[in-house]
Amino acid sequence: MKLLEVDGLSTHYITARGTRVTRAVQDLSFSLDAGETLGVVGESGSGKTTLALSLLRLLPPGARIVSGSIRFEGEDLVPKPEAEIRQIRGKRIAMILQDPMASLNPLFTIGDQVAEPLRVHEHESRRSAWNKARGLLEAVRIAAPEQRVREYPHQLSGGMRQRIVGAIAISCEPRLLIADEPTTSLDVTIQAQYLSLLRDLQKAHGLALIFITHNLGIVAKMCDAVAVMYAGRLVESGPVRQIFNSPAHPYTKALIESIPRFGDSNARLTAIDGQPPDPSALPPGCAFHPRCLQAMERCRAEAPPDFAVGADQTAACWLWASS
Amino acid sequence: MNASRAATLPLTWPSRLASIRIEAVALVPIAILSFIALVAIFADFIAPHDPQVGVLGARFKPPFWQTGGSTEYLLGTDHLGRDVLSRLIFGARVSMYVGFMAVIFAGTVGTLLGIVSGYLGKWVDQVIMRITDTWLALPALMFAIFLAAVIGPSETNIIIILGLVFWTRYARVIRGEVLSLKERDFVRLAIVAGCSKRTIMLRHMLPNVLNSAIVLATLMLGQVIIAEATLSFLGVGVPPPKPAWGLMLADGKKGMMAGYWWLTVLPGSCIMLMVLSANLLGDWLRVKLDPQLRQL
Amino acid sequence: MKKFFIKRLGYSFISLILLSLTIFLFVRLTGDPTTLLVEPGASRGDIEALRAQLGLDRSLLVQYGSFMGNLLRGDFGQSFYYRTPVFELYLSRLPYSLMLAVVAMSFSLIIGIPTGILAAVRVNGLWDSVGKLFALLGLSFPSFWVGLLLILFFSVYLGWLPSSGSGGFLHILMPAFSLGWFFAAAHMRLTRSSMLEVLGSEYVKLARLKGLPEALVIGKHAFKNALIPVLTLAGINLVLMVNVAIVVETVFAWPGVGRLLYEGIAFRDFPIVQATVLLGGTMIVVVNLVVDVLYAVIDPRIRYER
Repeated sequence: MKLLEVDGLSTHYITARGTRVTRAVQDLSFSLDAGETLGVVGESGSGKTTLALSLLRLLPPGARIVSGSIRFEGEDLVPKPEAEIRQIRGKRIAMILQDPMASLNPLFTIGDQVAEPLRVHEHESRRSAWNKARGLLEAVRIAAPEQRVREYPHQLSGGMRQRIVGAIAISCEPRLLIADEPTTSLDVTIQAQYLSLLRDLQKAHGLALIFITHNLGIVAKMCDAVAVMYAGRLVESGPVRQIFNSPAHPYTKALIESIPRFGDSNARLTAIDGQPPDPSALPPGCAFHPRCLQAMERCRAEAPPDFAVGADQTAACWLWASS
Repeated sequence: MNASRAATLPLTWPSRLASIRIEAVALVPIAILSFIALVAIFADFIAPHDPQVGVLGARFKPPFWQTGGSTEYLLGTDHLGRDVLSRLIFGARVSMYVGFMAVIFAGTVGTLLGIVSGYLGKWVDQVIMRITDTWLALPALMFAIFLAAVIGPSETNIIIILGLVFWTRYARVIRGEVLSLKERDFVRLAIVAGCSKRTIMLRHMLPNVLNSAIVLATLMLGQVIIAEATLSFLGVGVPPPKPAWGLMLADGKKGMMAGYWWLTVLPGSCIMLMVLSANLLGDWLRVKLDPQLRQL
Repeated sequence: MKKFFIKRLGYSFISLILLSLTIFLFVRLTGDPTTLLVEPGASRGDIEALRAQLGLDRSLLVQYGSFMGNLLRGDFGQSFYYRTPVFELYLSRLPYSLMLAVVAMSFSLIIGIPTGILAAVRVNGLWDSVGKLFALLGLSFPSFWVGLLLILFFSVYLGWLPSSGSGGFLHILMPAFSLGWFFAAAHMRLTRSSMLEVLGSEYVKLARLKGLPEALVIGKHAFKNALIPVLTLAGINLVLMVNVAIVVETVFAWPGVGRLLYEGIAFRDFPIVQATVLLGGTMIVVVNLVVDVLYAVIDPRIRYER
């Protein structure tokens, strides 16, 4: 049984008066095995974060899951009552956010914040939770954990804080970890260390990882599979190597081509013309067609469904209609 | 309009102001304030009696709906037999006049000094800011009472006093705005073009701070009215026999123990209504004209 | 830290000088100060004596010097009415005002903070609307009118509470309520917006992601953070309360320094007026200094910034 199966998920933001509907996530389907790493790639506004929040049912007011199912370990999370979801959050599915400074409460000690999930979910006593917290700090490679445990967030560096956020996430041994751009606000030199830490934690605990990023380089290094999002839809998905070697969707192709490569000093820097569309006013048909160099008449009229492209690879593009 | 053009064009406040649609929320306070203004202007025609002349035989008459009241004195009479309704009507004139004039005075002085202080900087700024801080440290009311005791109360003096007390609040906020405006491109262009400091301050700074000045004015109106009412209540406001609502409250206190409630409730309600409207209007304007000012 | 303290002390000192200068100038320059500083009904000889004592024929600077000299010696003049040094009078009344201020401030926080939190947590709901209405009314009702209405209702009609004086617990109830009412509204407003900001923060989001029960998210993570700006405002407001206290003390005949000022006006006892304003202003400057220094002691970030 797959660890996570998302089928036809749609999350919309609806203004209070019902006048504007923003289709942040539209008809999304993908699946994840235990221990697998999935990279979710897309520009800002593509719906990546909304997807993550939808999985944890932590949407802001005005946003709603309007259709689809999220099967986690066989159970559909969408219709579950809040009380049950709260038991899953932090315990079986955990999440790491982008900004480590903002994620930690400035008024409470590190130890308090790391021990908290253990006390709430596993009902541990204060002493045993703090002991485990110290162990967790060691696991995320923080030196002198006995001292750090009593310190406050502002006394630590950005890299250390992000590790602590990681420690909080794995504290209750979740099966799935969602990381929303965890390295974007870290120094480049720290990024590699953090990524290797995530990899090791994953192997040690058998975690499945959903890694949300706009950085294709990280996807290439970290992920087994990749899902490309554009304007709220999944436009391509498949094994990492396959996608990088032979991208099927024009958007994916353009993304990969826009990565500057060393030694290509004669080739020009390519960028994708135009801007991502406003999610509340999407163009008809395929959302990418205004910027697509291979757009056809059909693309302007109808939004393409997923087509199979080789083993395990799918692309939502009319170019692959015949296969 | 892309970002670079926006940086060079000054914001013209009249167009911003004109583009505001009057919503239902603002209609009520505007209506109330307009009503009070109309009452104040046409007081001579509306008031049934002379507010300053009392009929001793008709003292402490209750409002017409209570036993003992009559329709001749619709809202009753005070301790000197003066008609409450007429006094309320003429009191509106005092409150409106003093309130608006004081706000205009404080606003003009405060805005100009704020611009000068913010733009010229250095020692001018330091001096003005030190004075502002000190005057702000003195509670407005205390200061006003002191000045009233020294200068002597009269309608004009009260306006001056309230202006002196409240301009500092203006100056601080306007100065802050000017400080951030100074860095904008259109100011730099003006300097490069050779405009004198005076021209820049008057033609460029002033129109741009007017938004904030207007919002501040409406927010300040409520405070000024309460200050004026408080001064009158304490006996150092607009001097009798002119009917000020605060003064009516002071007189009303004398009759309170005997249960003459209308002398307290009615003038106070008028004050409250006017202040409430000013506050509502100010809040609404603040949101409309400049979301940044929401922190005020 | 020392540098910060000295700098701050310097500012306070300048403020005090400016304060005394302002008071001094206003009195000296607006007409003839002897009309203010002399008892009503004094003889011509008394007036001449006062004129000589004040040194009105000498330069302004010298006058200011002697003025300040007197102040520093604790000589704030003598009350006409009470025939005692005003300084003594002020000190005897001060405890009553402080007591009233503390009770009123506590009341404003006890009412304001929970209401603000409730309004934020149930944002755009019924409680939020109730809260916003409460805030608007609180800021629009003149405090002294609230006091008058309270007296009308609770003393005249119901006869439950005494309308004046400073006897026991019952005596302080209505004055404290009238004084605290306005500030309760202000604190409620700030608590609400501060709480809303905190509720939208990343660490609250993370707390929810951890699967913590909502009560813990709000009670532990959000609450403490939201409280910081409110307490700051409360500190500032404690000083502003002096303002409003003048009228409230007058309405309820509460024997504090506010009422003292009123007596000064009512009895045309100018030495009381001048001294109360000077001392009140000084107290505020000192309190501001203490608050600023305390803040630097508590929050290390402020120390290093200056």
